[in-house]
Parts: sequence; C-alpha cells; structure tokens
Amino acid sequence: MDAVQSALPKLVLSPTLLTALVFVYGFILWTGWLSFTESRLLPRYEFAGLTQYITLFENDRWWTALRNLGIFGSLFIGICLGLGLLLAILLDQRIRAEGFLRAIYLYPMALSFIVTGTAWRWILNPGLGFEHLVRSLGFQTFTFDWIVTPGMSIYAVVIAGVWQSTGFVMALFLAGLRGVDDAIIKAAQVDGAGPVRIYTRIIVPSLRPVFFSALIILAHIAIKSFDLVMALTGGGPGYSSDLPATFMYTFAFNRNQIGLGAASAMMMLFTVIAIIIPMMYSETRRAGHG
Amino acid sequence: MAEYVRSQSAGPQLIGRVIIYSLLILVAVYYLMPLFVMVTTSLKTLDDIRSGNLIALPKALTLEPWIKAWGTACTGVFCGGLKGNFMNSVTFVVPAVIISTFIGAMNGYALTMWRFRGSDVMFTALLLGCFIPFQVVLLPMAQTLGYLGMANSIAGLIFVHVVYGLAFTTLFFRNFYVTVPAELAKAARIDGAGFFTIFWRIILPLSPPIIVVCVIWQFTQIWNDFLFGVVFSSGQRQPITVALNNLVNTSTGVKEYNVDMAAAIIAGLPTLLVYVVAGKYFLRGLTAGAIKG
Repeated sequence: MDAVQSALPKLVLSPTLLTALVFVYGFILWTGWLSFTESRLLPRYEFAGLTQYITLFENDRWWTALRNLGIFGSLFIGICLGLGLLLAILLDQRIRAEGFLRAIYLYPMALSFIVTGTAWRWILNPGLGFEHLVRSLGFQTFTFDWIVTPGMSIYAVVIAGVWQSTGFVMALFLAGLRGVDDAIIKAAQVDGAGPVRIYTRIIVPSLRPVFFSALIILAHIAIKSFDLVMALTGGGPGYSSDLPATFMYTFAFNRNQIGLGAASAMMMLFTVIAIIIPMMYSETRRAGHG
Repeated sequence: MAEYVRSQSAGPQLIGRVIIYSLLILVAVYYLMPLFVMVTTSLKTLDDIRSGNLIALPKALTLEPWIKAWGTACTGVFCGGLKGNFMNSVTFVVPAVIISTFIGAMNGYALTMWRFRGSDVMFTALLLGCFIPFQVVLLPMAQTLGYLGMANSIAGLIFVHVVYGLAFTTLFFRNFYVTVPAELAKAARIDGAGFFTIFWRIILPLSPPIIVVCVIWQFTQIWNDFLFGVVFSSGQRQPITVALNNLVNTSTGVKEYNVDMAAAIIAGLPTLLVYVVAGKYFLRGLTAGAIKG
C-alpha cells in the first residue's frame, strides 16, 4: 500500500512529463533534423548538412523578416515599456475611477490578435479609414497609408501591437509601484528631494525587476508575432512586413519547403534561447540575494 | 506605495492634476476608439460607410452585416458565415480547457504536496515548454497528427491545445499549492488518507480561486489561438479566428467592411465577455502566466 502511495505522484506526473519529452523536446530535435535535410513537399531524412541554413541566409525575404523583427521588436518593446510606465505612474496619483481606466487600458489583451488586426486594418486603410477621416476634416493633403506602403507597413504593425499590449505592461508597472517601500521615499523627502527626483532616482530604479520581466515578455511576444501580421497586412505589400514567424509558415506550409521552414523555426528557437538564458541567469542571481 | 510623492504633488498644483487627467483620458480615448469604430461600422450600410467617415455614427442602424457575418458571408469558397466555425471553436475549446486544467491541478498537487527527488528538475523541464516558439513543433506535429488519424479534426485541436497548455496549467497550480501549508496534507496522510483522497477532500476544495484563473487563462489562449488552427485544420473544421481571417481576405466582389467588423466582434465577444465579467481573475492569470511564461 505504501509503495503504491509513494509511486502515485510520479505516476500522475509521468504522462505530462512524457508528453513534454516527446512533443516539446523530441519535436525540437525532429525539427532540427529536418532542418539538415533536403525536405521539400514531404519530409526526407537524409542528412544534407547546412544547405537549408545557407539557403535561408541567402534569401532576401528572410533578411526582410529579420530586419522587420528588429524594427518591430525595438519599437514595440520600447513604446510599450515607455507608455506603460507613464500610464502606471499617472494612474498611481490617486486617480478617481482608477479601476475603470485600468479596465479600459487592459481590454485589448482579452482580444485575439486576429480581431485586433482586423480592426486596425480597417482603421488604417487609406481609402475610407483614418486618412479619409482627417481629409474630410479639411486637411486635403493628409496622407497616412503605411499599411499599403512597402517599407512602412511594419510600422502599422507596431501601432496595432502597441495598442494591444501596453495596458498589460501598465498593469505590471502599477503592481510594482504599489510595492515600493514607503520608508525609502520618506527618507528621500526628508533629504529635500522633489517628486521628479524621487521618481527618477528612487522609484523607477527600484522597478528594475518589473522592467526586466516586462522586457522578456514583450520580446517573447515580438519573436512569436504571427497572427497580428497575418490579419493586419498578410505580410504585405509583397513580403515587406514579413516576420520570421510568417516566413516560417509561408515556406513550410504554403511553398512546400519543409527543410527551409524547419531551419527558420530553429533560428526562432535560438533567438528565444538567447533571450531566456540571460533571464534565467539573472533570476538565479536575484534569488541568491534574496 | 508612493504615497508621499503623491501627497506633495497634489495640494495646490491644480494644473498638474488637469494635465494628468487629460493624458489619462486621451489614452483612454485611443484605447476605446477601435472598439467604437468596430461597433459603429458593423451597424452601417456600405453606402453609409462610403459617404461618411470612420467616426461618424450610422445614419440608420442595420443588422444586415451581423446576419451576413453569422450566416452567409464567404470564407474562401464556402459561404455559410461564421456560425459553423464559432461552434467549432466552442467544441474544441471547452474540452481542451477542462482537460488541461484538470491535469494541471493534479500535476501541481503532486509536485508540491508529494515532493520527491527530481520533482524540481521535472518542473523546470516542463516550464521550459512555456518558452518555445511553437513554430519549432509545427512540422513534426502535423506529421504526428496524420499518423494518429487526427489531422484536420476537432480531436486533433483538443490534443494539441492540451499538450501545449499543460506547462501553463501546471505552473498555475504548482505556484498556488506552494502557498498551501504542507502540514494539511501531512496530517491527512498520518490519518491514513491516500493520494487521491487528499486531493479530492482537502486540496480541491481550497482551489476555486486558482481554478477560475486557470480556466480563464486557458479559455482566452485557446479561443484566441490562430497558429494551431491555421496549421492543423482546414475548410469547415477551422476555428473562428482562422475563419475570420479568411473572411476578411476573401476578395470576391465589393469589400464589405461592415461585415468584416461584425465578424471581428463575433470572434472577440466570448473572451471580451469573460474579461468584463471576471476582469480581476483575468489580470491575475495574465501576470502569473506571463511573468513566468
């Protein structure tokens, strides 16, 4: 009886562990293997070396996707962090109806990126959307056609992405602000520090861990961004707003280039790992201090 | 709390307050604008859309776009609206949420109340599953679903969402049960209660708050998923998000923005409803799931 009881926890966990081993780790190896083959429409398993990676990095479209990830990632992360922090600080000033405002800032998080993309696609379309609106107000030459302009369409993705995710960053910062130790602020005030100085020197620096989590989450969202681009621009015009995720989907599932798709998926994995390892490192270091 | 800073900046600086409120309201307007535009556009006729502008109110309300989006709009070659896809989503989201939440609860319980050698390693290995970009499992999973005879089926989508949701649900319950005193389980064990008895009689009755958080999180994630839906299903088996995207991209005839918007609202309504009803739990899941995930 006791032996059964002590085995039960492991027995209960084993299916989950097995699925993780097979469907996460096993599949990563599988994809890794595919990325070293000549697979096109059907998977093949003869080793072909780094051909797919070479093809990948000789592909203009892949470079566009990478450049777009750089543009989208840095703007999306930067604006979300900045605006999120600003909103949190403003909301932390004993605001009436704080709960109501917070709810407004946060509701986009409940929506699918597909819904967000569809809505912004309509708003940003030049013919009848925002451009038309401003023109009908009398500014006849006003132009806002990023969504249909190669080279600008990725910035349209930034607008919609920021709209979706800033509220969430705001919520993280607000929780952080509520946790700042009063005693330190009081001490600074005794020393004659003004509110601006207290914010820039004491409160914001003490939010460092929140900054860090928010940064990781946003980077993660940016690298995985797929739905938003699909719904907003479809990667277009042409492939000007492609991201690695849409590149992978197009080549693996629409163009029958399984090997190339696998190689691009592996590159995405490496990017995520490159971001997470420093995080793990800093987490353990912080845990060591605490 | 930044109480002291606030009490200092309040006081005579009325202008400061005005600026703060204006900024907050300005941002609120920016956040509400798309929702407003979606709703009004979905109630306009096409003529109204062409003659008016983005933020003008409908001249006459029409429900035609909604009826069309639900019942007759074309998604690709199929012209039966979104109702079938909406039902598809319901039929795979509900079981996937229930199964993944239940397994997550059992896992969390086993990991915290019955710690054994290697349980931490096990948890870490599981946790890493939250981080991977799913692109890296798509190709093998497509093959595997084919082998298992689950390609393009509701069962396949349930399977995929359960498998890749387990890391999150386990995490939720594990982090919740860590805060439950282990003495509870220990005392029961001395009284002769077994693994499942303790779970059903002691742990589960403590769990409603985390169950709500987990169910809401999973529901939102799975309902809103597009990647798995678009890769692992096709035609009339597709979930609502994929159908919405097809509807918007179906370029036959006149572009019907009002139908697009009605369709987008239909696709977003269930999760929006959950948010309105249980916003507190929604936020809790978001922070818990996101900080770790």
